[in-house]
Amino acid sequence: MNTTIARLALAALLGRKRFILLLLFPVALIGLSVLVRVLTSDAEVALGILFGLGLLVILPLLALVSATAVMGPEVDDGSLVYLLAKPVSRHSVAFSKYVVALAAVLLLGPLPMLVTGFAIGSGDQDLVLAGSVSATLGAIAYTSLFLALSTVWKHAVVVGLLFVLLWEGTLAAIFSGVAWLSIGQWAARIGATIDADWADDAVPLWWAVGALFVVGIGGVWFSGDRLRSFSLKGDD
Amino acid sequence: MAEIVLEKVSRWFGNVVAVNDVSMRIGPGVTGLLGPNGAGKTTLMAMMSGFLAPSAGEVLLDGAPVWRNTEAYRQLGLVPEREISFGYLTGRQFVRANAELQGLSDPGAATEKALERVELVEPSGRRIDTYSKGMRQRVKIAAALVHEPGVMLLDEPFNGVDPRQRMQLMALLHDMGETGHTILFSSHILEEVERLARHIEVVVSGRHAASGDFGAIRRLMTDRPVQYFLRSDDDRALAVALVAEPSVRAVRFVDSGGLDVEVADLGTFVHGLPVWARAGDISLIEVSPSDESLESVFSYLVAR
Repeated sequence: MNTTIARLALAALLGRKRFILLLLFPVALIGLSVLVRVLTSDAEVALGILFGLGLLVILPLLALVSATAVMGPEVDDGSLVYLLAKPVSRHSVAFSKYVVALAAVLLLGPLPMLVTGFAIGSGDQDLVLAGSVSATLGAIAYTSLFLALSTVWKHAVVVGLLFVLLWEGTLAAIFSGVAWLSIGQWAARIGATIDADWADDAVPLWWAVGALFVVGIGGVWFSGDRLRSFSLKGDD
Repeated sequence: MAEIVLEKVSRWFGNVVAVNDVSMRIGPGVTGLLGPNGAGKTTLMAMMSGFLAPSAGEVLLDGAPVWRNTEAYRQLGLVPEREISFGYLTGRQFVRANAELQGLSDPGAATEKALERVELVEPSGRRIDTYSKGMRQRVKIAAALVHEPGVMLLDEPFNGVDPRQRMQLMALLHDMGETGHTILFSSHILEEVERLARHIEVVVSGRHAASGDFGAIRRLMTDRPVQYFLRSDDDRALAVALVAEPSVRAVRFVDSGGLDVEVADLGTFVHGLPVWARAGDISLIEVSPSDESLESVFSYLVAR
């Protein structure tokens, strides 16, 4: 962990317009959940929206935007050389950026979900906890995966968006087999150990834990390894 | 005393060979890397700064490979051609971050010193995205020299810099070279290299075309045959006069009027031409060198 890299990553996150986009995600999610809660006065439906929409769409999008914000632009335009032409291990650079991106995701995703969940869910604490734990675990893996993506593809945002919407959002809901390869499903499976009603057990617990672990660690490690081979391409 | 050594370095991208079997040694003082656009200067610079793996051969800084060796950056300062995208930082913040990343014991003092050296103290509190091109160039240089590296690599450092700032930068690089630093800068402009560098390495089409002190390179470039286009009121009479001169190698009539002349000895030719014309009572209407572009100079060096 390098504090200078982390500070610059934070500046990159806050100093650009996309931070407003990041803020809009939790605001929209909370607003919608509260609205449903008020209109239907059905806590279960409102919680379903909060964690259903939250985990399937908002959380991966948050992770996508913040992971690509701390890494993407500098990789794309080559400015990263200024940070890499230093006696600092490239894995440490990747890890520092990851920590900042993850902190942003946790603050804007799982944390507001937890607070809102307690506020609108009439006493079903286990479900709120299960959902929030899932969101936290999902954040760890999603951020890592998208950080890795942004070191590989210039258009990491597009690739990530397709992944979120098609794979995690749609296919995972239709085909049960996809659950084996879905971050959202793994996270939900672990959350289900707190409240069995929260998710079905499409995959075994050991698989969910192992797979999250591999993606969470592997993505950051892979990012660092990509940075070790970071090349300056000239115009000629 | 830091030294960069390239041993039979090649780099290809797929089928395209960007750098072809280049060996050179760059020691203390200012060295100019001269070559036309697309000659492979940036590729060479990238390999020297550890941001590109050579496909073959070795790039060494004081005996140690640069590729995947982050410790090398303690001795290396890099100023890439690419614009910096840290517009949301102030100049001071950016230079300071570089000082911290170098692990300096007093990054604050080093930052101020570097800003002073590039004469950027006054605007250093402003965000970089408000800077002019020349200021950005200087902030990049400040960031690269903040840890007083033995070697500075600068890719096209004078591009887009106005003449006054160019003079400042040249003076700065010159001083660093005089104090034993190894300074390598690339340029496609002969005059820039001529004014600053004592030693010149010429690359053309990925190949190491020439190496030596400035005088030697200049001689290579001026001793080559030069093409001139002449027009006069009596081209045939002029041609007769010209073929009698040993400094002229060939004369050809152009269909639309005028002469293409190949000159072997430029100095004698340019001084003699008015004299020969007057002796034959011929009025010269047009005298123009037809291949004065740097590319033709380079292609001559390569073909040699």
